[in-house]
Amino acid sequence: MEKKTLVLGVIGADVHAVGVSILNRAFLDAGFDVVNLGVMVSQEEFISAAIETGADAIMVSSLYGQGELDCRGLREKCDEAGLKGILLYVGGNIVIGKHEFSEVEKRFKDMGFDRAFPPGTDPQTTIDCLKEDFHLN
Amino acid sequence: MRPVLLIDFGSTYTKVTAVDLETEELLGTSQSWTTIQTDIGEGLADAVAKLEEKTGPLQFEARYACSSAAGGLRMITSGLVPELTAEAAKQASLGAGAKIRGVYSFELTEDDIEDIDAEHPDIFLLTGGTDGGNKECILHNADMLATCKTDFPVVIAGNRSVARTCAKKLEGREVHIVENVMPKFGALNIKPAQDKIREIFLKRIVEAKGYTKAQSLIDNIAMPTPSAMMQAMQLLAEGCENPDGSKETGIGDLLAVDVGGATTDIYSVCDGMPRAGMDTIFKGLPEPYIKRTVEGDIGMRYSIHGIEEAVGTGYISQLSGIPEDRCREMIDYLGRNTEVVPTDAESEALDFALASGAIKTAVTRHAGRLEEFYTMNGIAYMQTGKDLREIRQIIVTGGSLIHTKRTGKIASAAFWDPQDPFSLKPKQADIWVDRSYILAAMGLLSGYYPGTALRIMKKELKKDGYQE
Ligand code: B12
Repeated sequence: MEKKTLVLGVIGADVHAVGVSILNRAFLDAGFDVVNLGVMVSQEEFISAAIETGADAIMVSSLYGQGELDCRGLREKCDEAGLKGILLYVGGNIVIGKHEFSEVEKRFKDMGFDRAFPPGTDPQTTIDCLKEDFHLN
Repeated sequence: MRPVLLIDFGSTYTKVTAVDLETEELLGTSQSWTTIQTDIGEGLADAVAKLEEKTGPLQFEARYACSSAAGGLRMITSGLVPELTAEAAKQASLGAGAKIRGVYSFELTEDDIEDIDAEHPDIFLLTGGTDGGNKECILHNADMLATCKTDFPVVIAGNRSVARTCAKKLEGREVHIVENVMPKFGALNIKPAQDKIREIFLKRIVEAKGYTKAQSLIDNIAMPTPSAMMQAMQLLAEGCENPDGSKETGIGDLLAVDVGGATTDIYSVCDGMPRAGMDTIFKGLPEPYIKRTVEGDIGMRYSIHGIEEAVGTGYISQLSGIPEDRCREMIDYLGRNTEVVPTDAESEALDFALASGAIKTAVTRHAGRLEEFYTMNGIAYMQTGKDLREIRQIIVTGGSLIHTKRTGKIASAAFWDPQDPFSLKPKQADIWVDRSYILAAMGLLSGYYPGTALRIMKKELKKDGYQE
């Protein structure tokens, strides 16, 4: 079975670097190919990297509170760029203020994300979801 | 005396340079027309005869040549994403000394194939996808290339998973598979493709009509002229080791500008990445340590209108002190009469302004840029391209500039500009002028006698650009 490729990065002008390096390590250990774009990644960079590497999923991290704004339109751009149906995950600190996570999750799903994760999600939870979505076991 | 002959078969002129290995002196230079249509040896013999008129008869112990005749090494490249593999393919070709006639990204169309056929390149570089990455694009493009009516060698340097399949699709053509120009995302791996391009250049282009007859006159056609130039620049920057183990020092990181009639070439030898400790994040493909860019729309005669377009007539008028209407008139005239050289104060002033505009434009395109980001805990910077601000040496060469006066002033158009502070150009530098026009020749010689080539360059490059 060919390895699945994940493109990973922190979107927008966000410089929180620690989370993605942990995720990078965890995804590699779980047997994925990871293209880690690091911090301050634009939507275009996520898309270009996914095209060139034939990626199976884009993993968006956002910590600094502007995630929703930064993520807007990403799914549409993926469709436009020929990445139809690519898996889109988002996580980090995407809850701002006192909103319920389920509410936030819905907003991201409405934007075309397949899954959204609350703060403090264990990497293993995400890995299990990936395996499920890729029909791996 | 141990004379060596260095030959540069240019598109118009065949230039010869003689050096003495014993004294490490430049014996002389000369030139004649390039005679590729008949026998390239004729122009060479004529140039050598002219040289020997000045130096007396010379018994050359070796003859080495580089060439950009017959259009140079004309290449077309294709990749997938414009800023990724397509850019890597372009870098690989430029670094191999090619003249790029087209860069395609994504899937080739039937119209593209018609254009490629019309251009009939010397080599096509086919890339796309990281190893294990996207396959569809390069496979599609191989299928499309297979429909080309013209014949040319194809170098495949894309996703290795499908390299063989691509080669099969191109059966019947000369095909070479080399390592991917971008094996992993963001990693630039251009050397294997460049080595192959050079090998094909030597074999195929040099065997072309007009060259074979000169074979007996020269020991080796080593490389395309721009590669010779790159080797000279690397040697000049880095220095080399003498046979006795001592070090012949170079002059350090440098920028070289070569303003021609049709194009302006810029070379930089430096790392150019953000320095550690700065809160600057680098984005985009890593930059080659020796980088070459070619501006096809910027040149002193054939591409004179490109300079005007890039900097504006106002800039040229202001620098030359010539009214705009008159500038336009003179520029039109020079664009039509490309052989004209300045003869009076007015045309000299115009060439001064044009050359400044050419350098300003070409170096700005070569240099990296910073972008400022306001984050909630202050300003952060994002760098794309090479940071040239710490470069302290600028080399000026090219037929259009080495005879100019005020070369130092012209070269200062390459400097960092407070009006455009995020363009990462050198803050200050010494200006060296290649008055005797020997850099390509020294690049050639460096393959055999690096120490000698370096010492001759250090002697012959003049810091006299500041004289009015
Ligand atoms: C260190 C830090 C910084 C450092 C970052 C240094 C660096 N280069 O990494 C500095 C000082 C630069 C910084 C700046 C800012 N920070 Co700060 N920072 C933190 C802090 C204390 C720790 C972050 C961290 O490294 N955590 C450790 C890692 C391992 O955890 P993680 O990042 O959460 O990642 C894990 C999970 O979230 C998850 N995950 C992350 N991404 C993804 C993506 C996917 C797809 C999935 C599935 C999972 C996932 O997996 C990771 C591994 O387990 C947090 C508070 C906190 N305790 O979380 C605030 C915090 C993130 N920062 C915050 C803020 C507001 C800022 C600033 C805007 C202003 C400020 N007050 O300083 C600036 C923004 C600068 C910018 N442009 O990005 C807020 C964000 C609030 C919000 N989102 O509503 C936080 C939560 C603090 C707070 N409580 O106010 N910060």
